[in-house]
Amino acid sequence: MCAKQVKKVPKQVETTGHQWDGIEELNNPMPRWWVWTFYATIVWGIGYTVAYPAWPLISGATPGVIGASTRADVAAEIERFDVANAAIKQQLVAADLNAIKDKPELASFATNAGAAVFKTNCTTCHGSGAQGFEGKGYPSLIDDDWLWGGTMEDIHLTITHGIRNTTDPDARYSQMPAFGVDELLDATQIGQVSDYVLKISGQEHDAAAATAGATIYAENCAACHMEDGSGDRVQGAPMLSDAIWLYGGSREKIIASVSTARFGVMPDWNERLSEDEIRAVAFYVHSLGGGE
Amino acid sequence: MTLPDTDPPSLYAAREPVFPRRVKGAFRTLKWWIMAVTLGIYYVTPWLRWDRGPNLPDQAVLVDIANRRFFFFMVEIWPHEFYFVAGLLIMAGLGLFLFTSAAGRVWCGYACPQTVWTDLFILVERWVEGDRNARIRLHRQPWNWEKLVKNGIKWWIWLVIGLATGGAWIFYFTDAPTLLRDLVTGHAHPVAYITMLILTFTTFFFGGFAREQICIYACPWPRIQAAMLDEDSLTIGYRDWRGEPRGKQTVEGNGDCIDCMACVNVCPMGIDIRDGQQMACITCGLCIDACNDVMDKIGKPRDLIGYMALTDEVRERAGEPAKSVWAHVFRPRTVMYTVLWVGVGIGLIVALFMRSPIDVNVTPVRNPTFVTLSDGSIRNAYELRLRNKGGADSQFTISVTSDELVTLSLEGTERLTVTVPANETMTQRVYLTAAAGSDAATEDRTEVRIWVEQQGTTNRVHHDTVFNGKEDDNE
Repeated sequence: MCAKQVKKVPKQVETTGHQWDGIEELNNPMPRWWVWTFYATIVWGIGYTVAYPAWPLISGATPGVIGASTRADVAAEIERFDVANAAIKQQLVAADLNAIKDKPELASFATNAGAAVFKTNCTTCHGSGAQGFEGKGYPSLIDDDWLWGGTMEDIHLTITHGIRNTTDPDARYSQMPAFGVDELLDATQIGQVSDYVLKISGQEHDAAAATAGATIYAENCAACHMEDGSGDRVQGAPMLSDAIWLYGGSREKIIASVSTARFGVMPDWNERLSEDEIRAVAFYVHSLGGGE
Repeated sequence: MTLPDTDPPSLYAAREPVFPRRVKGAFRTLKWWIMAVTLGIYYVTPWLRWDRGPNLPDQAVLVDIANRRFFFFMVEIWPHEFYFVAGLLIMAGLGLFLFTSAAGRVWCGYACPQTVWTDLFILVERWVEGDRNARIRLHRQPWNWEKLVKNGIKWWIWLVIGLATGGAWIFYFTDAPTLLRDLVTGHAHPVAYITMLILTFTTFFFGGFAREQICIYACPWPRIQAAMLDEDSLTIGYRDWRGEPRGKQTVEGNGDCIDCMACVNVCPMGIDIRDGQQMACITCGLCIDACNDVMDKIGKPRDLIGYMALTDEVRERAGEPAKSVWAHVFRPRTVMYTVLWVGVGIGLIVALFMRSPIDVNVTPVRNPTFVTLSDGSIRNAYELRLRNKGGADSQFTISVTSDELVTLSLEGTERLTVTVPANETMTQRVYLTAAAGSDAATEDRTEVRIWVEQQGTTNRVHHDTVFNGKEDDNE
């Protein structure tokens, strides 16, 4: 009978003695390959610590025998992208500033590269959304009001040379007299001219003071800020007749500005940024809603 | 493991090799068919063609990772429509619940790739080395020329099957004829070769050597299923009340089981079903075939081993007839799973046909929420993402509707129309402006609806968003 030949003793497996609701836990042996796998992971672990930087030392760590370094990987990665982008960067430098937007590939590169440059270098003053800081003297770059002009060329020039800095002789430069501090006007006159500025910007004002202030304005301010308060971009003189204020548009703030004058400074970026980066960030800023 | 009370139990046990004997019968035939169909589907699918026009691939089933698109015959799924895949996974899950509660581990026994490929590998093994007894003999004999040659041939065939398996897998991810040409000429991407090699090795190892160990130790599904079976689920059982005591038929009082070990010898999991239902049983039905064959030979009724549920055991022991298979399959629980499964399926189909050929998403730019312009008007900016899922470049007109007066303009163009290339997504900065002092300019929130209309068609979709005004006019 075949039964005799292959008769097996029914397996008897011990239980661990644990029991839950009548269910007993068998004490089956683990498969041997499982144990081998476990030893293999130990061997792998030791090998890994030899091959890769692992053991902490007093300063630094063991370097590993295969010379793996994530820092070097990053450097290589940056190098790789530099090489890959070299051609399009060259294109960007060679392109006519106003023609960038008509080349989709170039425009896409400039937008992305410009956004990165902006976030690294510009957000400290102009805000991460390029909205500036109203009343603090950091201009918004996404509205339709520009101190020195909002065309691609204007923005490019401003970024390259900066404003009122001492490091670049080509920086845009202008200076408003401190009418109060230097006693060019007395307090009453400053109050009157401030009321006039409130008037031309369409805000509540003292009509009598504003009338008196009109003369003071024509004599002291109109040369730069223009008769109608529309400002002068050649001199970076802000428009006074609109709703946008660099240092605040209330009476107190205007009096403060007239008395002490303002002197906002921007660094020249041609030292720190390459031409392609400046062009990229100019393109990016131009595309945020304020570009002219 | 002879005398457990004297020896301390061994901590580790070597795998006992399993040499399943050849068997014939209804379940074996069914398994051959399922193997042919499932393997056929797997290997043939990437080669099916489906014409989609000039700019799109003509592969019927294609997971185009580079272009982030999934093609399935007439269906094309974009990444943002991944919920279809989620829906299919939910259906697959419910399907497994349904089949498990109705018929136990049918997935494991018939359709699981591990089972199907192992079955194929065992077929190869039997073809090269002979049936069970010959294989046991070969396994026990020392390494000699015969053993080396037979194992060599077997491993070689396994490797070819593994290579074909890994090869077929990568065809799902790129154009199959092109990839095959590249693979042969050595021009394919290294990822293709590496994937192929990894899958070749895993197939070779899982099907040839690991086999039932995967089901017993690696796979979570048997454990989950154990919790999903109930007393009405069909499993494979041994009618011990009919079979015991097992032994010679000539001895008075013995049951129907002649202890011929046929059920054990054919089992690919190497278990004895007569010990009762157990974790390692994948319910492949081969022991039923083997036992029925023996029962026919000794002139006893069939189904000493058969599909039954726990409730049947109670009934049969009491001398009542077992419930019919259909009564086990159609129960409130399985009907509920079926209803859910069909419900999700219908939902997906409806969603599939209600998809718009264009897709619009509008995100308000929150940094800053609004911009004051020179004339005191308030402007909000939005990122509009527009997908043109049609096969041709298309022009889209953008407009806005709102209870308050706001005007719409686009960055970089004076017009209110944009062109989106075929099968592409474009991002357009959109501005809404409210005049100084208007309601929208002074209210915190104004509901607005941005419309996108495809020119030359009736396709018109909208996206609701909000306009933020300058609530308090203080400096």
